This record gives sequence, C-alpha cells and structure tokens, in this order.
Amino acid sequence: MRKMTKALLGATTALTVWAAMPSMSQAAELTLCWAAWDPANALVELSKDFTAQTGTDMKFEFVPWPNFADRILNELNSGGKLCDLLIGDSQWLGGSAENGYYVKLNDFFDKEGIKMSDFAEAAVNAYATWPKSTPNYWALPAMGDANAWFYRKDWFAKPELQAEFKAQTGRDLAVPTTWPELIETAKFFNGKEIDGKKVYGAAIFTERASEGITMGVTQALYANGFKYEKTPGKYDMEGAVNSPDAVKGLEEYKELYKCCTPPGYTDAYMGETLDAFKSGQAAMAMNWFAFFPGLYKDENVGGDKIGFFVNPKGTTAASTLGGQGISVVANTDNMDGALAYIKWFAQPEVQKKWWSLGGYAVHNAVLNDPSFKDSQPFAADFLVAMNQVQDFWQEPSYAILLQAMQKRMHDYVVADQGTAKEALDGLVKDWAEIFGDEGKL
Amino acid sequence: MTDTNTTILDKATERMVRATPVPLVHRVRGLSDRAIAWLFIAPTILLLLAINIFPLIWAVRLSFTNYRANRPNAIVEGVGLTNYQRVLNDPDIWIAMQTTAHFVFWTIVLQTLIGFSLAYLIDRKFRGHAFWTTVILIPMMLSPAVVGNFWRFLYQPQIGLFNYVVSYVTGVPPSSFEMLGSVSLAPWSIIVVDTWMWTPYVMLICLAGLRSIPDYIYEAAEVDRASGWRQFWSITIPMALPFIMLAVLFRGIENFKMFDMVMLLTGGGPGSTTEVASITLKREAFESWRTGRASSFAIILFVAVFGLANIYVKALNRVKQR
Repeated sequence: MRKMTKALLGATTALTVWAAMPSMSQAAELTLCWAAWDPANALVELSKDFTAQTGTDMKFEFVPWPNFADRILNELNSGGKLCDLLIGDSQWLGGSAENGYYVKLNDFFDKEGIKMSDFAEAAVNAYATWPKSTPNYWALPAMGDANAWFYRKDWFAKPELQAEFKAQTGRDLAVPTTWPELIETAKFFNGKEIDGKKVYGAAIFTERASEGITMGVTQALYANGFKYEKTPGKYDMEGAVNSPDAVKGLEEYKELYKCCTPPGYTDAYMGETLDAFKSGQAAMAMNWFAFFPGLYKDENVGGDKIGFFVNPKGTTAASTLGGQGISVVANTDNMDGALAYIKWFAQPEVQKKWWSLGGYAVHNAVLNDPSFKDSQPFAADFLVAMNQVQDFWQEPSYAILLQAMQKRMHDYVVADQGTAKEALDGLVKDWAEIFGDEGKL
Repeated sequence: MTDTNTTILDKATERMVRATPVPLVHRVRGLSDRAIAWLFIAPTILLLLAINIFPLIWAVRLSFTNYRANRPNAIVEGVGLTNYQRVLNDPDIWIAMQTTAHFVFWTIVLQTLIGFSLAYLIDRKFRGHAFWTTVILIPMMLSPAVVGNFWRFLYQPQIGLFNYVVSYVTGVPPSSFEMLGSVSLAPWSIIVVDTWMWTPYVMLICLAGLRSIPDYIYEAAEVDRASGWRQFWSITIPMALPFIMLAVLFRGIENFKMFDMVMLLTGGGPGSTTEVASITLKREAFESWRTGRASSFAIILFVAVFGLANIYVKALNRVKQR
C-alpha cells in the first residue's frame, strides 16, 4: 500500500511539473501576428535582437493579405489567444478599441516615457488613435505606408519612345504629375511592342473580395478632392462622397482600367500588380511602398530599370494610406512580454534598424535624419506621400462600409454597371443605411 | 458427440454468466429492448442535436435580433421581422437569387443531358467501356479547390489553354476575350466548370438506372417489333426516370448552395455578376458581420430549398409508383 502511495505521489508530481512546463515556456514566448509580405520578413530579422536581449522567443503568424482581415478578425471576435501582439490595419482600431480587443497604451506610454510626438503626426493619427486624432492610443505606429507608383525607367528613357511621345502629346515623356497625364502616358505605352514584347499601360488594383479596388480607386478619388463627410464627424456624406470632383476621379480610374490594364486584370491586387510589372508587361503600376525595397532589388526590373513616383495630383495632392500600428491583444497571457516588445520597438535605434532592413519606420529620429531622403531611391517620395495621406473610415463598422464600397466600385469599374454618379450615389445610400443602423445618423 | 458439445456449451455459458458482475446483469436485465435501443442511438442523436439542430434553432433566434458576431459587448436587441423584411426587400439579394437560379438551371440541364447520353453510351458495353468509365469519372474525384484553381489558369486570357483552344477553333485572338472577367461570359465559365466536374456523377446515377432495366422487357419489345426509338421512349426513359430525377435532386440541392468553386473562379465578380446566394450570405455573415440579418437570409434559403426539395420528392415518389 505504501509503495502504491509513493508511486502515486511520484506520478502526480511528475504530471504537475510536466503540466507546468508549457506555461513556463509560454512565459518566454510571444506570438506576433501580421500579414505575410516583404516587411514581415524584415521584422523577423529585426526581432532577433529582441530575443537576444530579453531571451523571449518570438513566434510569428503571418497571414496572406487576401485572408488577413478574415483570419485575424475572426481570431479577435472569438476571443482566441493566438496573438500576443498584432500589427493590424488602421481601420481595425475603432472596432478593436470599442470591443476591448486591444489594450489602451496611454498609461504604459507615460510610464515608460514613450512619446507619440517622437513619431510622424499623420502616422500617429492614422495608426494609433481612436477616436481618430485624439490622444487615446491603442497602438504604436509600426509601419508607415501609402499607395504609390513605380514605372519602367528604362522604357521612359528610350529616345525613340521619347520622340514619339513628344510628337503625340507635345510634352516630354516623364513621370506623370497629374491624373490626366497618368492616363495619357498609360495610353501611350498600351499595346506597344517593347523589346519584342507587347506591353500594357498600367497595372492597378481591381480586387473584389477584400479591399483591393477601394484602395486603388481612392487614389483617384482623394486626388480629385473626394471627402467622406462635408463636416468631419457629422456623417453628412451627400455632396461629399458623390461630389462632381469625386465623380470625375472615379471616371478617371475607370478610364485607366479600361484603356490600359493587361488582359484578365479583373481581380488584381498587390500580387497581381507585382507580377504584371516583374514580368515586363506593365509600363507603370501602383502598389504599397512596402514592396518597393523588394522591387528595387529585383534582378530583372529593379535597379536602374525602375523609378518611383507619388500619386499624381488631381485638384489636390493626396495618397491612399496603408500601414499599420502594433497593438497588444487584450487576451494575451503574456502581457508583460508584449509590452516589453512595444517598449523595445519604440527605441530610436531599433526604428533606424527597422528602416535599414526594409521596414517603414515613422519615428522622427529616422524621418528627420538628413540622410533619410537619399537612403533609398523611394525614400523622398515616401516622405511626400506620408504628408498627404488620407484613410478610409476607421469606424467600428468599417468592414461593412468597406464591403459596400468594394461592391459599388467593382460593379462600376470592372462590370460596367451604371455611371460613376450612380455608383457614388449608391454608396452614399449604403453608408447612410449603415450609419443609420449604428444610430449615428 | 452432440451431447458432448451441448455439455461443453452449457458449461461455457455458465462460466460467462458467472463472470458477468451481478449488478450489471440485473441492470441490463431491468432494461427494455426499446431502452437499450435508445442507449445505443443516444450518442448519435446527441451529436446531431449539438451540431445540426441546436445551431439551426440558434440561427432562427439570432435572425430576430440585431446581433453582430464582431461586437461581443454590444447589447443584443430583438428587432422582430425587420431582418426578414430587409432581406426580402434588398434588390442585391434578389439579383443573387436570380444568379443562383440561372446557375442551377443551366448546370442541371447540361449535366442531365450530357450525363444521360454518356450513361447510354457506356451502357452499350463496347470494348474498353470500363476504361472510359474510369476516365470520365476523374473530374468528379478531384477537390473543388483544385478544380477551381486549375480552371482559373485554363481561363487565363494570356496563357490559358482554354482561350487558345477557342482561338484555334474560331480564329478569334486568344487575348481578345476573358472568360472570367467578362460580364456576359463569367456566368457561363462557371457553368462549364461545374458541368465538367459533375456530369460524371449524373452519368453514374443514370447508368445505375439503365442497368436496372431487365433485359426481358427489351426482348418482349423486340418480339412486338418495336423500333429502337420506340423502345427508348417507352421503356428506357420511363424506367430510368426515377434515377434521372434523383440525380437532378442531388445536383439541384448541391448547386443551390454552391460556394467553393464560384469563390475560387470569380469570387462573385466581375462586379456582382456571378455572386450566387451563398457568397452573398458569406459576405453578409463574415465580412459585414451582420449576423442577425445573415441568419434571416440563411433561414429563408433553408426554407426555400427544403420546400422545393419536398415538392420534388413527392413528384419523384409519384413517378416511382407508376
């Protein structure tokens, strides 16, 4: 009997120790969730320093962009514990703050001396605050980004094409600075045979399922003076969303899509745009700054062959905002570890290394460095773009607002249904219904 | 010899009875056959209740509320029939239903015609018919995810084989048309893929029907000097009809809730041209997160499919009784 008792005690102790082991190892482990793209690889590299300094193992959950929102928002909604840290889209801030998915970081920032004034103001407002532009911080600006353009510099430099373009348009073949110029340049290249291959004018976003076409269309809308509301915070969208300028912007985007995109380009987002450019099909293409380091390094189309430019103007200068902040997930079992990562990441030296590895730091120590503009061929454009960014609604109901816009824009631009005015009028109606349901109208 | 065997069996039974714990014996003895039967099926019933019936009841409950799965802290309020009213008055949902009806109708027509024709040919038992049956069945054995991706490449206007084949036959340049990107062609591109994949299934069911027709009926018809055409219309079709109707029922239900292949091929686009009801439902439930409204739409779809299937099954039974 005594033997049996001893054996039982031993087994119980062993089980207890064994059961405790995973939680011990969990304490020294953090999972960071983000989208699967080029900057994520840079972050893995950067985080090795954090592991070396703190002994905390970093695990990463990178989800491809088309599924990123679905996957991560499902995770948050279901109270999952997959992510300790999350680099989530700026539009998620409203919902995540109101639903208690993110930890409010004001007290932590105060305690650790992390100042938001050390980061670019536009980035702080976009990636960290909710309600927008108020001193309520739910994230640390992690990755500045905007939608911009790149082009085949070597094609633009061909003397015969320059002469032909001059004869045709009366101006030099150069980077377009306005939307009409962009369309004109795209039309010029479209269908041309260059280096024995038929090429197309421009590769732009047309994706339907997630956010693609909205992120593309807004480049033309914002540049033409599109506003979400007449009075900020009043939700008075009539006359703003469907203003004549907005209609003109939408028509320009459709014109660019119809005249100058490669065949089969009806559902294209980041990957397809990169493919079209890298395969030598497109003279110009839009995409996020995040991809530019990779493009510049590309053996076939990078280096001297590629050039970059910010979104051309319409009636105003504007770019569609990308980028994200890093938040601590309220459900984490390792709050101290997650906060320690934020503290480490906010350091100017870490931010500088983040930029050098291919991440878009928005810390003033990086952006205000005199050498920043020349540090990469797209760095100066990045600064310009970040000073003119505009973002989609950051409302808690952003997902429904986005879906409505995806549908209206795709129906008009790709499926040829109705006019630009009808599409934007329909959008006002959809959004008014959504805000009506929310009790905001 | 028999006595010896009986003695051994008796002894063995006695030993087994003795080995069985007395309380268990009493307990089992106390149960009726019906109770024991219930004991056996209870786990399955419980499982069905948990994963089928409970979610259904829960969805019905949610359909009368403003619940949103992405707002766990929000107050859930009853909204009466508002969700149903909005769904039924939403023109986009009616367009999605029309798209679904178009897809279901044409896939069923094509699959039934081609499937039955193939079954009729295979039933002739020509040389190598077993080999060809296997070849025809291959598409059905593939995963819809594989088929969707595979056809997406085939339809690609610049490198896709489909456009090149059409170009070879018609002389139209391959890049001049887009199967998945064109408003008029996209619905047909999905119908083509679904027909390619599921015609073998219809063929199998029709083949079973054709093989179930006894030879003596045809022999009697031969004696009566009935023509082949007459035999086809008076024997083959009526006797295979219950099987054909069964295939139509299966394909109808399956295609009414078609999601994966359409999602992979077009994602409902271009615009909303190929947005079938299940994709609208998914967007409403998991992208817009209007769970209450999505539940009411799901219930409406369920009632529609259930009602139509019931009417159809009654018709099927009537055909079988003839």
